[in-house]
Amino acid sequence: MSGVRVLVGTRKGAFILTSDAKRERWDISGPHFAGWEIYHLKGSPADPNRLYASQTSGWFGQIIQRSDDGGKTWHQPGTPPGEPTTTPEGMPKGESNKFVYDTSAETGKPLTTHQWYDGTPHPWEFKRVWHLEPSLTDPDTVYAGVEDAALFRSTDGGQSWQELSGLRGHGSGPHWQPGAGGMCLHTILLDPKNSNRIFIAISSAGAFRTDDAGKTWQPINRGLHSLYIPNPTAEVGHCVHRIAMNRSRPGVLFMQKHWDVMRSDDAGESWHEISGDLPTDFGFAIDVHAHEPDTIYVVPIKSDSEHFPPDGKLRVYRSRTGGNEWEPLTKGLPQNDCYVNVLRDAMAIDSLDKCGIYFGTTGGQVYASADAGDSWAPIVRDLPAVVSVEVQTLP
Amino acid sequence: MIRVTLPPHLRKLAQVDGEVKLDVEGRVTQRSVLDALETRYPMLRGTIRDHVTQRRRAFVRFFACGEDLSHEPPDSPLPDAVTTGSQPFMIVGAIAGG
Repeated sequence: MSGVRVLVGTRKGAFILTSDAKRERWDISGPHFAGWEIYHLKGSPADPNRLYASQTSGWFGQIIQRSDDGGKTWHQPGTPPGEPTTTPEGMPKGESNKFVYDTSAETGKPLTTHQWYDGTPHPWEFKRVWHLEPSLTDPDTVYAGVEDAALFRSTDGGQSWQELSGLRGHGSGPHWQPGAGGMCLHTILLDPKNSNRIFIAISSAGAFRTDDAGKTWQPINRGLHSLYIPNPTAEVGHCVHRIAMNRSRPGVLFMQKHWDVMRSDDAGESWHEISGDLPTDFGFAIDVHAHEPDTIYVVPIKSDSEHFPPDGKLRVYRSRTGGNEWEPLTKGLPQNDCYVNVLRDAMAIDSLDKCGIYFGTTGGQVYASADAGDSWAPIVRDLPAVVSVEVQTLP
Repeated sequence: MIRVTLPPHLRKLAQVDGEVKLDVEGRVTQRSVLDALETRYPMLRGTIRDHVTQRRRAFVRFFACGEDLSHEPPDSPLPDAVTTGSQPFMIVGAIAGG
């Protein structure tokens, strides 16, 4: 019988929530990596037992964890469970937490500077992995979006990482600037119909696309309008919070920007606003129905700076028309005195029929809907603050 | 035998309880102790010192014999009490906030 596995990253560890296809009763495992910030976990579409996790700490830096058994056991790639961590010669088998910007003469780009918050030049410094995106076809290939913004790829199951430096080396790099959360590459979308095409998004640089598997990149921000930057229609500098697509229609993209919900029908070449009748067009998360490519979900958040739901009501908004007309989904969600946030990587959608929607809050709740958003119930209520939510639909 | 104490996060990562005991060849310095530690526990590479620059991470501190050694040059000899194993070399996570 099919089922789902929900992967939850929190400020103090990871949790794995599993259920059968009814999605009514849940088994909870965790905390895994207790005490560490887990920015993101994600499973391989090619092998659902292969999971990757970004474990990080302001004190001790970055760790990459991998599971080959669906999250029952974990190890740092290069060090299989129960085996020595070094070769007979004493060398480490993998340096899975070594993320070094590529400055080589052959493939690298000079490590110049980006802009600091005050506009002064600031050197590029690796801080953490925000997002891990496993390949659609190869369990050993995985992409990592990092802070300070860059894209890395591993082709050996996370044992070693190489930067796709054409992105950071794009001519606009010295003008990129951090958002409030840091200068992070937080979104990676792999085109299921074109293996050479990848979309990424950076706060606060904007969205970029490659059509040659990561060698070269172009900014795809035409149509974005951001009043908080000196030139509201600049080529780069937009605070894109999240991009989403439906796998059956990868040329159509939906974006939650710092302000404005946007849509592109030409793979990012141009964008138009679809905020319509939302109570506020600020937010972080956005996702698309698994089977209805014009049904999209956002969680409107009050801003600037408040970052909680308007009127203390936690409402997911759904558009069945590809934007502009939105309906609030409230059944089972708190409709008074709710002041949590839903972060950019904290919403996910399974591919069962009816498809399930999941999101986590900074208050530690993970809510699930087994009917495409019509009704909701908490899976758990009292986790640490939720940073990320992913879901796997299991055979 | 050199005794090293690790903060809880790193003990968990290295899967050790209590102190770590290391054999260090040659002069006993911050660098030689950390080299020996990372050789035995490669999962700690990058968590105490930066992978590339080998500089101490900003929120990690080194103490021994009641002294803060965090800002000592990495090749300076550690106190005799550390060298003889009567006192541990302490790796501590800095307290930054409450």
